[in-house]
Amino acid sequence: MEFVTPTINILIVLPVLLVAGGGALLMLLELFMAEERVKQWAPTLAIIVLALAFLQTIGLWGQTHTTFTPEGSSPMVILDNFATFLNVIFLLTGFFTVLISVNYLPRVGLNRSEYYMLMLFSLSGMMLMGMANDLILVFLALEVLSIPLYILAGLSRPRPESEESAMKYFFLGAFSSAIFVFGIALTYGATGSTALPAVLAGVSNGGALALAGVAMMLVGFGFKVAAAPFHMWTPDVYEGAPTVVTAFMSVGAKVGGFAAMLRVFVSAFGSLGQTWVPAVAVIAAITLIIGNVVAIVQPNIKRMLAYSSIAHAGYILMAVAASVNSPDGVSAALFYMFAYLFTNLGAFAIAIAAERKLGEGVMLDDYKGLAKRSPLLALAMAYFMLSLTGIPPTGGFSGKFFVFRATLEAGLVWLAVVGVITSVVSGYYYLRVVYLMYMYDGEGELHTKPALLTAVALTVLATLVLGLLPGAWYEITKQAALQGLQVLAGG
Amino acid sequence: MDALQKLMFNFFPLLFLFPLAGLLLNVANGRFWHKPIAGIIASSAAGLSFVVAILQWVALLRQPDGTVIILGTWLQVGTLNVPFAFQVDTLSVTMMLVVTGIGTLIHLYAIGYMYGDPGVTRFFVYLNLFLVAMLLLVSAANYPLLFVGWEGVGLCSYLLIGFWFDRGEGGTGNANAGRKAFVVNRVGDLGLILAMGLLFWQLGTLTFDDVFAQATAVFPVGSPLIVAITLLLLLGAAGKSAQIPLFIWLPDAMAGPTPVSALIHAATMVTAGIYLIARSHVLFALAPVSQTAVSLIGASTALLAATIATAQFDIKRVLAYSTISQLGFMVAAIGMGAYVAGIFHLITHAFFKALLFLAAGSVIHGLEHGGHSDPVTLQDMGQMGGLRQRMPITFAVYLVGALALAGIPPLAGFFSKDEILAAAWQANRAVYIMLTLAAFATAFYMGRQVWLVFMGEARSETAVSAHESPPIMTIPLLILAALAIVGGGLNLPGVHTLGHWLGHTLGHGELLSFNATVALTATLLALLAVGLAYWLYGRHPLGAAATDPLTQRLGPLFVLFNQGWWVNEMVEWGIKRPFCHLSTVLAHSDEAIFAWAERQLVHTVQRGTAVLRRTQTGQLNWNVAGIIVGLLLIWLLLRFS
Amino acid sequence: MTVPVEWYVALSAILFSIGALGVLLRRNAIIIFMSVELMLNAANLLFVAFSRYLGDLDGQVLVFFVITVAAAEVAVGLALIVVIFRTKQSINIDEINLMKG
Repeated sequence: MEFVTPTINILIVLPVLLVAGGGALLMLLELFMAEERVKQWAPTLAIIVLALAFLQTIGLWGQTHTTFTPEGSSPMVILDNFATFLNVIFLLTGFFTVLISVNYLPRVGLNRSEYYMLMLFSLSGMMLMGMANDLILVFLALEVLSIPLYILAGLSRPRPESEESAMKYFFLGAFSSAIFVFGIALTYGATGSTALPAVLAGVSNGGALALAGVAMMLVGFGFKVAAAPFHMWTPDVYEGAPTVVTAFMSVGAKVGGFAAMLRVFVSAFGSLGQTWVPAVAVIAAITLIIGNVVAIVQPNIKRMLAYSSIAHAGYILMAVAASVNSPDGVSAALFYMFAYLFTNLGAFAIAIAAERKLGEGVMLDDYKGLAKRSPLLALAMAYFMLSLTGIPPTGGFSGKFFVFRATLEAGLVWLAVVGVITSVVSGYYYLRVVYLMYMYDGEGELHTKPALLTAVALTVLATLVLGLLPGAWYEITKQAALQGLQVLAGG
Repeated sequence: MDALQKLMFNFFPLLFLFPLAGLLLNVANGRFWHKPIAGIIASSAAGLSFVVAILQWVALLRQPDGTVIILGTWLQVGTLNVPFAFQVDTLSVTMMLVVTGIGTLIHLYAIGYMYGDPGVTRFFVYLNLFLVAMLLLVSAANYPLLFVGWEGVGLCSYLLIGFWFDRGEGGTGNANAGRKAFVVNRVGDLGLILAMGLLFWQLGTLTFDDVFAQATAVFPVGSPLIVAITLLLLLGAAGKSAQIPLFIWLPDAMAGPTPVSALIHAATMVTAGIYLIARSHVLFALAPVSQTAVSLIGASTALLAATIATAQFDIKRVLAYSTISQLGFMVAAIGMGAYVAGIFHLITHAFFKALLFLAAGSVIHGLEHGGHSDPVTLQDMGQMGGLRQRMPITFAVYLVGALALAGIPPLAGFFSKDEILAAAWQANRAVYIMLTLAAFATAFYMGRQVWLVFMGEARSETAVSAHESPPIMTIPLLILAALAIVGGGLNLPGVHTLGHWLGHTLGHGELLSFNATVALTATLLALLAVGLAYWLYGRHPLGAAATDPLTQRLGPLFVLFNQGWWVNEMVEWGIKRPFCHLSTVLAHSDEAIFAWAERQLVHTVQRGTAVLRRTQTGQLNWNVAGIIVGLLLIWLLLRFS
Repeated sequence: MTVPVEWYVALSAILFSIGALGVLLRRNAIIIFMSVELMLNAANLLFVAFSRYLGDLDGQVLVFFVITVAAAEVAVGLALIVVIFRTKQSINIDEINLMKG
C-alpha cells in the first residue's frame, strides 16, 4: 500500500499552532531559565501569542479553507467564518483571562509557572473544536481542551476544595468522554466513516446504531457545556477551582462544547434534525429550569455564577434546538455566546477583585456596600448583572432577543415561554447582587490593578456596544453561521 | 431665497451650539477655573447666541416668509416621522431675540449677583442649559421637538428654583418649591401630551405646517375633537404660564436666585404657554369655544393675581403675582385673537418685568451686603424704606419699570396693555372690565411697592446699611430701563411695525386702530391708582413697626388677598390630601393583596428550590447516575420522536 | 470461522455497561478509574470490529488515538489520585463531598 502524504496548509492552522506553540515554548523555557523569570514573562508571552493568533485569525475572516485532507476522503480541518468567529471568541477569552489572572495569581499565592502553559494548551483545543471536520478530531480537540482544565481546577492544591473539584471534574469528564467516544464508534459503524460530510450522507440510514451514537455524543457535549442533567459537576468544580480558572472555564469550555456541537449536530446530523430537536429542546428546558431556580439559593458568588452559566447553556441550547427549523438559530447562538463572553468574564473580573484571599470574599454577603467602596466597579457589576438578566441596553438583552426570536421562528413556542419565564426568575438572583451592593454597608478591600480594570472597562464597553448596536454584530454572526453551514452541506 | 439669506440660515445651528458649548466647557473645567470665569463663559455663549438670532432676523428682513431648517432625523417609527426640524419665521425669531437678548443681560447681571456663591459654576451650567431648551422650544418645527424644549425648560426651572436646595423653610423649603413647580407643571404637560396624541391620531403628523394645513380640512369649526385638542393645549399653557388653576407654583418659585426669577419666571419660560397658543392659532381659530375659555381664564387670572399682589409684603412675591397677572393679560389677548397684542405685551413685559426683578435683586443684594443674611427679612418690604438715597440707580430704574408696568404713557407697558384693552373692548366686555380692574390694581400695587421700598425712612438696620450694587449689575439694569421706556415704539398705533412683521406668520388683518376712549380711561385709572397709593403710603411714610394701612381699609378682604384667596389651601385640601389618602389606601390594599400573592409565590419557589437543591449532593456516584439517566432520557426522546 | 459483527457490538456494549456500572457503584478511585478505561476499551473494540466489518482501516487508526488519549488521562488521573491521597489519606470517593447544594 502506498503512503500518500496529505497536503497541509499551515496558514489555516497557524492560529492554533501559535497558541499551542506558545504553551510548548513556556514549557521549554523552564528548562533554560530560572522559574522566577519564567513566571515573570509568562503573561506577556501569552498576550503576545494570543495577539499574533488574533491578527492571523482576523485576516482569515471571509475566507474558507480546508486542510489535512487524506487521499480519497474529506478534509479533517476546515476553516470558515464559523470557525474564525469562534476562534475570535476563544482568543478574547484567553486575552481577558490573562488580564484578570496576572495580578490575582501572585496575590493568592498561586503563581505557578504551569498556569499559562495549560491555559494556552486548553485554548488550542477549544479552537480546534470549531475547526474539526471529523469526529475523531472533535474527540481529540475535546481532550486537548479538557485535560489541562482538570489540572487547572486543582491548581490551588493542597487546598482540599480545589483538589476535590479537580478529582470530580476529571472522573466525570473521563466518564463522559468514554460515552462520547463510544458514540463516535457507533456512528462510525452506522455510517462507515467519521468524516462529517460522510456522516451526513450516511446517518439517516444508520438506524438504531446511529441514534445511539447521536444520543451518546449529545451526552458528551451536554457534559462539556454543563446542560442538565449532566450539570451536577459544575457548581462544585466552579466553587473549588481558582476563580480565574472558573472564569476561563465558564466561557471557554462552554463555547468550545457548543462550537463542536453546532458543527456536528446542525450539519453532520442535520438530516436527523427532526429527530434530535425534541431531545435538545427538552434538555434545554430542564437546564433552564434547574440553572435558574437553584441559583436563587446560592450564598456563594462562584456557585451562583455556576448555576447562572448552566442557565445560559440552556439559552444557547434553545438556539441550537431552533437552528434546524429557523435560519436564525446558529447565528443567534453565536451572538449569544459572543455577548456572554464579555458579560460573564466582566462579572468574574469583579468577583476576582472582591476576592480577598483564596476562597475568601466569595460569598454574596461580601458584596454588601460595594457601591460605597468602589462606585465604578459596583456600577460595572450592576451592569453585568442586568446584562445576564437580559435587560436592555445590554449585550445580554440583544442575545436573548435573537435567541427567543429564533426559537419562535422554529415553532418551539413552549420552549420560548420557558425561556422567558426563567429569565424573569433569573432577575431574582442577579438583581440581589445589585441590591446587596447598593442597599447595605459592608467592608472589605478591593484589589484593582490596571490589568483587571482594563478587562472590566473593555467588557463593559463591549456589552454596551452589543446592547446598543446589535444589528451590525448580528450581521457578522449571520455571515459566520451561513458560511459554516453552506460549506458543510457542500461537503 | 437669495444666497445671503441662505448663508445666514446656515448659521442657525450655532444658536444652540454656543450655549451648549458654554455649558460643556463649564461642566468639563468648571472646578479648575477661577469662579467668575464660569459666568464670563456662559454670558459670552448667550451673547454669541444673540448675535446668531440677529443674523436670522436680518435674513428674515430680506424675505419674511421664513423657512424650515431640517438638521436630521430624530424619530422614525412607523408612520411617525419626527425630524430635527426648526421653524425660522417672524414669530420664532421674535422669541429668539427676546430669549437671547434678555438672557444675555441677565447672564451678565448674574455674574455680579452670584459672585462668591460656591455653586456659581453649577448655576451658569443650568442657565446655559435653560437657553438651549428654551431656544429649542421656540424654534421647533413640530410638536414633539417643542415638547423636548418644553420639558427641558421645566427641568431647568426645577433645578434653579431648588438651586439653594439646603435653604428655605425647615431646610427643605426651596427643594419643596422646586418639586411643587415640577409636579404642577406635569399636570399641564399631560394636557400637551394628550393634545399631541389626538393630533397624531387624527392627522397622522405632528409637523406644524402639515398639522395646520390639514386641520382646517379635517376638523369642522367647533367640532368636539378640535375643542378637546385646543382645551388640552390650553391646559398645557396654563401649567407653564401659571394660569388658573395651575398658577400656585410660580410664587413659590421665587425661592430661586433672583436672576432666575427674572429670566425664567418672568421674561421667557412662563411665556411658553402664550407662544404655544400663538403658534397653534390655526387650531384655536377652529374652536371658538376654546378661544372664549382662553380669554376668560386669562382675564380672571389677571384680576385674581393683581388683587393678591396688592397685599403681599415680600418684594419678589409682589412681582411674582404681578407676573401671573400680566401673563393673564397676554393669555386673554391671544384668546380674543389679538395675537399681535399678546406677543407685543410679551415683549414689553419681558423688558420691564426682567428689569423689575433684577432691580429687586439689586435691592436684595444691596441689603444682603449690609451684614444681614436671613433671606426672609431681606425680601420683606416692611423692613425696607428710604432706599432712594442709598441706591439711586436701582431706584431710578425701578421707577421706570414700575411706571411701565402701571401703564403710564409713553412707557412700553402703556402701548402693549392698551392694545389688549382695546381688543377686549371690541371682543368681550366682561373680559374688558376684568382687565381694566386688574390694570387699576396693578398701578396701585406698584405704587405701594415703590413707596414702601424706596421712599420714607429706613425701617431696619439692614436698610440703613444698604448700598448700591456694582456696575456689572447696574449696567444691564440701565439697558433694560431704556428698553422699557422705548419698547412701545415696536408697535406704535398707526405704524404697526410688529403687527406687519408677525403678520407674515400669524396672518394679516389684525391691525387694531387706536381707541382713544380706552387709552384715556386706562391712563386716568392708572394715575388714580398711583394717587391712591400716594394717599395711603406717601403722605405718612410707614413707621418702623407700623402695620400696613391697607389692613384696616380692606379688612377681611386684605386677609383674603394676602392669603392668595386660599387657592393653595384649596388645592391642598381639595386635591393633594384626598390624593394622598387614596394613595395610602391603595398602598395598603397593595400590601394586603399583592404582597400576599408575592409571598406565596416566593414560598413556592423556595420550596421548589429546596427540593432541587437536594439533588445536588456533591457525591460522585450521584453525578454519574445523573449522566446515565440523562443518556436514557435522550435515547427515549430520540427513539420516539 | 467468522464471528458476525453483531456479536462484537454486543460484547463491547456489555463491556461498556460493566464499566459504566463500575463507575456508578464502586467507591475506590482506582477501581473507578479502571472502569473508565474499560469503557474506553469497549469503544476501541467497537472501532476495530467495525473497521474489519467495513473493510476500512480508519477505524483501526482511531484506536491509536483513543489509546493515546487514554494514556494522557491516566497520567493526569493518577497524579490527581496521589495528590488527594496525600491530603485525605484515603481514595474513597464518598469522602469527596466538601461542596454540595
